[in-house]
Amino acid sequence: MNRETAFNLVLAAVLLAAPVIAFAANEPFYVALATRIAILALAAAGLNLALGFGGLVSFGHAAFFGIGGYVAGIFASHAMYSEPLPFGLPATDQMPVIWLVAALLCALAALPIGAISLRTTGVYFIMITLAFAQMIYYFAISWPAYGGEDGLSIPVRNSFVGLNTANALHFFLICYAVLMAALALTWRIRDSRFGMALQAARQNEVRLAAVGIRPFRIRLTAFVLSAVLTGLAGALFADLNRFASPSMMSWHMSGELIVLVILGGTGRLFGPVAGAILYVLLEYALGGMTERWQLFLGLILLGVVLFARGGVVGLVAGKARYD
Amino acid sequence: MQTALVIEQLLNGLQFGVMLFLMAAGLTLIFGVMGLINLAHGSFYMIGAFACAAVAAATGSFWLGLAASLAAAAALGAIVEVTVIRRLYDRDHLDQVLATFALILILSEATRWLFGDFPLYLNIPAQLSGAIVLPAGVHYPVYRLAIILVGLLVGLGLYLLIAKTRLGMRIRAGESDREMIGALGVDIRSLYTLVFALGAALAGLAGAMVGALQSVQVGMGEPVLILAFVVIVIGGIGSIKGAFVGALLVGVTDTMGRVLLPPLLAAVIGPAQASGIGAALASMSIYIVMALILAFRPRGLFSAQG
Amino acid sequence: MKTSLARTALAISLLMCGTAFAEPVKVGMITTLSGGGAGLGVDARDGFMLALKLSGSKDIEVVTEDDAMKPELAVQIADKMIQSDKVDVLTGIIWSNLAMAVVPNAVGQGKFYISVNAGPSPLAGAKCDKNYFNVAYQNDNFHEAAGNYAQTSGIKKMFILAPNYPAGTDSLNGFKRYYKGELVGEVYTKLGQTDYAAEIAQIRASGADSVFFFLPGGMGIAFMKQYAQSGVDIPVMGPGFSFSQDVLAAIGDAALGAKNTASWSPDLDNPKNKEFVEAFKAEYNRLPSIYAAQAFDTGTLLAAAAAKADVKDADAFRAALAAAEFDSVRGKFKFNTNHHPIQDFYVREVVKNDEGVLTNRIVATSFTDHSDAYAAECKL
Repeated sequence: MNRETAFNLVLAAVLLAAPVIAFAANEPFYVALATRIAILALAAAGLNLALGFGGLVSFGHAAFFGIGGYVAGIFASHAMYSEPLPFGLPATDQMPVIWLVAALLCALAALPIGAISLRTTGVYFIMITLAFAQMIYYFAISWPAYGGEDGLSIPVRNSFVGLNTANALHFFLICYAVLMAALALTWRIRDSRFGMALQAARQNEVRLAAVGIRPFRIRLTAFVLSAVLTGLAGALFADLNRFASPSMMSWHMSGELIVLVILGGTGRLFGPVAGAILYVLLEYALGGMTERWQLFLGLILLGVVLFARGGVVGLVAGKARYD
Repeated sequence: MQTALVIEQLLNGLQFGVMLFLMAAGLTLIFGVMGLINLAHGSFYMIGAFACAAVAAATGSFWLGLAASLAAAAALGAIVEVTVIRRLYDRDHLDQVLATFALILILSEATRWLFGDFPLYLNIPAQLSGAIVLPAGVHYPVYRLAIILVGLLVGLGLYLLIAKTRLGMRIRAGESDREMIGALGVDIRSLYTLVFALGAALAGLAGAMVGALQSVQVGMGEPVLILAFVVIVIGGIGSIKGAFVGALLVGVTDTMGRVLLPPLLAAVIGPAQASGIGAALASMSIYIVMALILAFRPRGLFSAQG
Repeated sequence: MKTSLARTALAISLLMCGTAFAEPVKVGMITTLSGGGAGLGVDARDGFMLALKLSGSKDIEVVTEDDAMKPELAVQIADKMIQSDKVDVLTGIIWSNLAMAVVPNAVGQGKFYISVNAGPSPLAGAKCDKNYFNVAYQNDNFHEAAGNYAQTSGIKKMFILAPNYPAGTDSLNGFKRYYKGELVGEVYTKLGQTDYAAEIAQIRASGADSVFFFLPGGMGIAFMKQYAQSGVDIPVMGPGFSFSQDVLAAIGDAALGAKNTASWSPDLDNPKNKEFVEAFKAEYNRLPSIYAAQAFDTGTLLAAAAAKADVKDADAFRAALAAAEFDSVRGKFKFNTNHHPIQDFYVREVVKNDEGVLTNRIVATSFTDHSDAYAAECKL
């Protein structure tokens, strides 16, 4: 077992053990904090698929995060009053159905966005993904049906068969399980033929084309998959906060997702987990200490990028074997 | 709609575009020469406005404030370049995004610490107050005409600087081949500091001039930053000419979209629905334009690089 | 350590006034202390703290944290304060969208929420809650007062303007609820927009007698400055937020003479208000804004309720809050059935005071004992 695998296992164990202990000690807030970490890690894991493995720096993933959040919010509010959804679909508060719809909608949104954006590269790609996210953001703010800028409250958390989602630990375990499933998927993808081709496309596009693989399709698939995972995280995030709002789609959110990935270690399997743990704990600790917390958060982030290249995982486990 | 109103709105679009150009010129220059994405560019805009407001309040002179805004933004730009940005040139875009994102947090909070929690007062100079009547019955504020003039002069100055001077030659050389100009004995480190400070000063100038029209407050640079990025991407990154055309396009699209879309929609779907949807579409219009342009010209209108 | 301190405090308070049964009330204050909106949050915090100080109450503990204007962060802080700091009462939120995220969560966990500012319509109507109190206003109120003023002062043609988001549409709807004259323009602008040249050109061309605008924070500052510079001389009016003390200095003389509506003004003639304005100036060396006044009332109300009832006895504490037996800086104050205020609304004018500082002065009363349009939907 190499150092990175060992570190990954430690991270997974700590993220599971901490909330269980906190719950036993009757400190439900720390369970919620761990849930937040797990969900943001899931969102960043989605972004990592495009950004870390594919080199596609999307500055617009908050759009998918927000779409997922709104799906959860819209289902919850319709289910609450037993109103059918648009197109006569029956409303339900079952999470698996909601996740499926969120995934589908994110894929449907990511397909044209990716197809257009992938015509560009580099900074152009960064900015065109931002532009699409801004369009969706302004749409959400101005659309009155689901609350506009006020956002959409979820009166009762959506439910999951056999579990009580209002119980902090149960909800954490759902999020943790989804995160682990997503990481397992990422791991399988990374080592699959598709994953190899995706990483090859990042490193040397010409060589990939020379062996007869079109990078465009590979990249588009990765972009859509990545959007789906981030969208799932959005649905869970809305259920965690019992609230979906346009600020989930703001460019700040896109920036934060990128920060999580880099902080943890770009292109590292557990990088998003390490990044989310560090970022959420920093925000929590600094916010409690001083109203100038953003200043210190900025200084720490700057320190990490200047002096700890490769993020947390890079610091602990050394350089990635894929670079 | 009357001609006078249309002309006035076009002028408004032009003024907004010119202001965006001041921001975008620095961004695109920094990207073109150093290959750096600078999210903290909006912070120099904010610093310029705060410096201008503080000095104008202390001395009573807007013009001293304007000079201070240039000096403060350029000085801060140089300091930031030497301490932080310099270490980022050979990093990938991701590290640059993260580091300059961190700089936004630091500079915003530091500004609030220094200048307090409330917006500052900054008004236009008395010499430029009031409106004049142009042909076709157009009323237009003198100050906004002055902004248009300054923007055009800066554009001309930048063109001359880059096309005709030794410094401009080095900048152009830096854009096309970084190693080579180092080998030719040009002190590349100070060239980079100079270009960065120049970009920051332009942003500071924009902030000071616009600060007199708007609210001088923390965070004022962020919406402008996003628009400036839209501008340089439309224009083609690294191209001053592209930034100029892109800025005018964005300025006019945004202004005319706001004015024309709601009444147009009102004619189609009725006024009750139209004002909301029209405003939503108007907010989205520049991003739609940008996506369309990039869909057909993936490197913008006037790409400097390949 | 903490418990022993609390016990000592309890013992002392028992000794001091025999009848008091109060355990310390823990208050969580979530407000905006960073970024462009910090001025409002700082004023609210300072007003609230000043009220606690003047009340002489020793058994109220406050924890404060910055929400950075982000709803997600506000929810996280609320959960922390409720579950980890074990607060009994939450307060402090400035913005409606943050209130909509936090309030249902907080009252759902059995805590009290007392609003110092935001009053979104759902929380006044169908989604009202027995543990949610709003000391400030319902969001539509200031705009209704402006509409009523425009109507009663006989203005024939209005041009109205607000950002395109729920509080903006609520604002214009509130205005139109009482203004029945002709609308020569109704414009929704982009949220966060800072250049209003296009809208001002429309205003000039519209032939309106007066302009009503609701543009909170920096948007309003920008609009007023540009409006003054444009040379358009149609008089403007707005809700009190647009001409509140926190923005007047930044707008400058351009604001002079503008009419605006609010439930409070620094020159409101009652002893409590005089005490408040003097104390605030002495403590913080600036004039208080409407946000500070509302937060001050919130603090005074909380201290009064805490002296009457134990916060752990939710029913008694709720009754103590609802009775609203405290000296308000607004003179008279009582809660409606939906726990939103019934109060007077004034028309104010921006003037310079004796020291040359821009501030507001009451010139008329728009409503007396006014409540809100949503109370009937609230089933409390």
